[in-house]
Amino acid sequence: MIYALILTQLAFILRLTFMQSWWRNAIAVLVTLLLPLPAVAASIWNMPKGVTPISHQIYDIHMITFYVCCAIGVVVFGALFYSIIRYRRSKSPTAANFHEHLWVEIAWTVIPVLILIALAIPATLLLKQIHNTQASSLQIKITGYQWKWKYEYLDEGISFFSNLTTPKDQIEGAAAKGEHYLLEVDNEMVVPTKQKIKLLVTSNDVIHDWWVPELGVKQDGIPGYINENWVYIDEPGTYRGQCGELCGVYHGFMPVVVKAVPQAEFNQWVAAHQTVKQQKAAAKAKAKQEAADKPPEKMTKAALLAIGKPKYQATCGMCHQANGQGLPPTFPALKGSPVATGPVGKNIDILLHGVSGTAMQAFGEQLDDETLASIITYVRDAWGNGEVNQKAGHAIEVQPSEIANARKE
Amino acid sequence: MSEVAVSTHGVGHNNPPKGLLRWITTTNHKDIGTLYLVLSLIMFFVAGTMALVIRTELFEPGKVLVDPEFFNQMTTLHGLIMVFGVIMPALAGLANWMVPLMIGAPDMAFPRLNNWSFWILPFAFTLLISTLFMTGPAPDFGWTFYAPLSTTYGPKSTDYFILSIHLMGISSILASLNIVVTIFNMRAPGMKWFEMPIFIWGWLVTGFLLLAVMPVLAGCVTMMLMDRHFHTSFFNAAGGGDPVLFQHIFWFFGHPEVYILILPGFGIISAVIQTFSRKRLFGYHAMVYATVVIAILAFAVWMHHMFVTGAPLGAQLFFMYTTMLVAVPTGIKVFNWIATLYKGSITFETPMLFALGFLILFTIGGFSGLMLSIAPSDYQYRDSYFVVAHFHYVLVSGSLFTLFAGIYYWLPKWTGRMYNETLGQLHFWLTAISMNLTFFPMHFLGLAGMPRRIPDYALQFTDFNQIASIGAFIFGFSQLIFLYILFRACILRRGEQAPAKPWDGAHGLEWSVPSPAPYHTFDTPPKVVPAEAH
Repeated sequence: MIYALILTQLAFILRLTFMQSWWRNAIAVLVTLLLPLPAVAASIWNMPKGVTPISHQIYDIHMITFYVCCAIGVVVFGALFYSIIRYRRSKSPTAANFHEHLWVEIAWTVIPVLILIALAIPATLLLKQIHNTQASSLQIKITGYQWKWKYEYLDEGISFFSNLTTPKDQIEGAAAKGEHYLLEVDNEMVVPTKQKIKLLVTSNDVIHDWWVPELGVKQDGIPGYINENWVYIDEPGTYRGQCGELCGVYHGFMPVVVKAVPQAEFNQWVAAHQTVKQQKAAAKAKAKQEAADKPPEKMTKAALLAIGKPKYQATCGMCHQANGQGLPPTFPALKGSPVATGPVGKNIDILLHGVSGTAMQAFGEQLDDETLASIITYVRDAWGNGEVNQKAGHAIEVQPSEIANARKE
Repeated sequence: MSEVAVSTHGVGHNNPPKGLLRWITTTNHKDIGTLYLVLSLIMFFVAGTMALVIRTELFEPGKVLVDPEFFNQMTTLHGLIMVFGVIMPALAGLANWMVPLMIGAPDMAFPRLNNWSFWILPFAFTLLISTLFMTGPAPDFGWTFYAPLSTTYGPKSTDYFILSIHLMGISSILASLNIVVTIFNMRAPGMKWFEMPIFIWGWLVTGFLLLAVMPVLAGCVTMMLMDRHFHTSFFNAAGGGDPVLFQHIFWFFGHPEVYILILPGFGIISAVIQTFSRKRLFGYHAMVYATVVIAILAFAVWMHHMFVTGAPLGAQLFFMYTTMLVAVPTGIKVFNWIATLYKGSITFETPMLFALGFLILFTIGGFSGLMLSIAPSDYQYRDSYFVVAHFHYVLVSGSLFTLFAGIYYWLPKWTGRMYNETLGQLHFWLTAISMNLTFFPMHFLGLAGMPRRIPDYALQFTDFNQIASIGAFIFGFSQLIFLYILFRACILRRGEQAPAKPWDGAHGLEWSVPSPAPYHTFDTPPKVVPAEAH
């Protein structure tokens, strides 16, 4: 066992030192022959080996440290159990009388130091690699929000939010749980395989932590900071992780899903996104042109509600609940709330700019005019709010143009 | 004149007021020690109940019992109360009872201050726990209360939390000051530094650690208070502050704090292992130096809690190396204990069982600690259940087991009654087995990618969580046996009459006074027998 460990240790150091040489393959074979355990370790018991060069090396160093601990454990627990069994009073009626031994004490100080140095060398080399974020071909900015992620592909001009899609029924036990319960999102972070991708991780509110075990990446997103990390994915596939830092009530409900695809497929994905974006921009420009020619066409209440209801459920429902009751006092009820049954201006202001110091975010930068107008209309109409507003003479419908005007203020 | 003074002195102290007033006005180190231990016992069941709420919610995926919001309050208060309300008061209680008895002093150096440092605590914990019954959530940001979750985004009850931490801090500072001064000035004539029991050394070093870091914690929560109410921006990036600064300050307190929770315990283990292997402690000097080295290293490792915050390479390397070094003095301690056992004449009474349980399980916690110190692997372990497993191995089978060992060891001295050995052993075995059932599977959960502090989890984590929950309930209910054992010895006063020295292998001044220890001991200083004479 000790022999195998020393060999593994040596092999690992050499492997990191001569990364590109034939040593690497030869030693990898040797290690696999000597220590077959890592190969059979199942993923529910152990750290996943992952799909990036860094995650593989983290796995190796984790296993080596584990085996070193096992070896020390065999020696320490061996000595302990030998002592308590052999020297129990029935076998050893009188105790020996010694209480010092200089060389033994020096030995068990120096040997651990040597073991630690042997562990520190590969760890240092690997840490240097993890910190080398240079020469990347793609940059993605990842921003944590309470309780979703925003992905921005800086050079491609693509930007979207990624929300949990597990239905509330499954969480509350009213429906059977799906295969990827709590680890599924509406928009995955799509990335190409075999490219060095730089990740710029930050946060919009509290500290979040972007963690995908199979990629070997865990990086805090901290407001006011942009932390760098990188990932190079070998195999196409979908990799799931979660927020790692307690970030409030729904910390357990903001998964990370990364979809790695071959470069060609990634290019198509980028192109499709850009086309959609161009079409939207063109439509917007056209609408603007038309708006300049004639007064803006009003959306009907039915049209607004048709968009508003599903958007409310997806964006607002987690906190304010589908029935508008909220979870007071952290998440106030919207049913009968002074904002939803008060003047419309305040309502728009809160949706656009959020409420400082609470979980209510500034949705102005997250949603477009039409969506915001639809959600506000739905909230001012639903759960009996409509009647209250009608009696008090407050508007129920909000048009996208009103949002646009409010943005300018 | 002097005779009159002595006699009134004697009357006043030998006849303490009866009833509640005795406990409120007491300046007797034994009474105050008892008060600390009783508070700790109550808080143990309060925070333990919270742990069972957590484990019930995690029994299966989906909502089982409580909302995510209440779940977060439970994890926060469980951690805060276990650290500040159970382990620290229990250690202070042991110090109050045993430090004067072990160094041959009549009482603590500052008896009135001693009364105050205890009586702050019930108010501190009333404030903290009262937040559960207020409108709005109780503190729900984890026991580490990272900004800005606890500042800009903290619930209103955060202010109660801040005040409560301040009170606990004042209490700890006063208590540790008292203990340090007592050890420096009130040792019986002839007791040299290197003849003090290891428990006294452990508390001396702990006292200095507390004096060094409790003010840092006080500064930390004061900055929070300023940020919340007085428009400062220490931790608010939008105002030019720095959320990471919070973590530096917190962990500069927090890492020495975890050694505060274990160093006196090391002393208890040294005493128990010597007694029940009937052999003098191996490597006494090395044990003392190791304790001091651990305490010094405690101030140079805090950033290992922050490897994923974007710390620069140089800082990560420095803190990785210093953290790995902690394994050396800790290893020396474990090796010395084993060498003490070697060629001893060992029996397995309950205190010894807890000490041996500690030795094995704390070493396992040390192994996961070594794994966590390796920064690249820490990227995968950090904030996962692997960390939860690690710190419960060092705090439950570490600190808590040392407390159990100490309580069973000294209970005959306190009550004059032997505890029930059969029940004690049952308590040990149920506790040790269920502790492993609860926390060992958490290693696997963490490695497989389950984050800590989540109220609900993906399906692949179900099996291990169920095992952990079952273990937690066995653990929790096993503690009722402990409660009964204490009740039987302290209140019912049943059990064999304990002699002055109930353990044949024990050494030390505390065994030279009768059991139960009289209200006043060592009115005249005892004669110290050097360790060589044992």
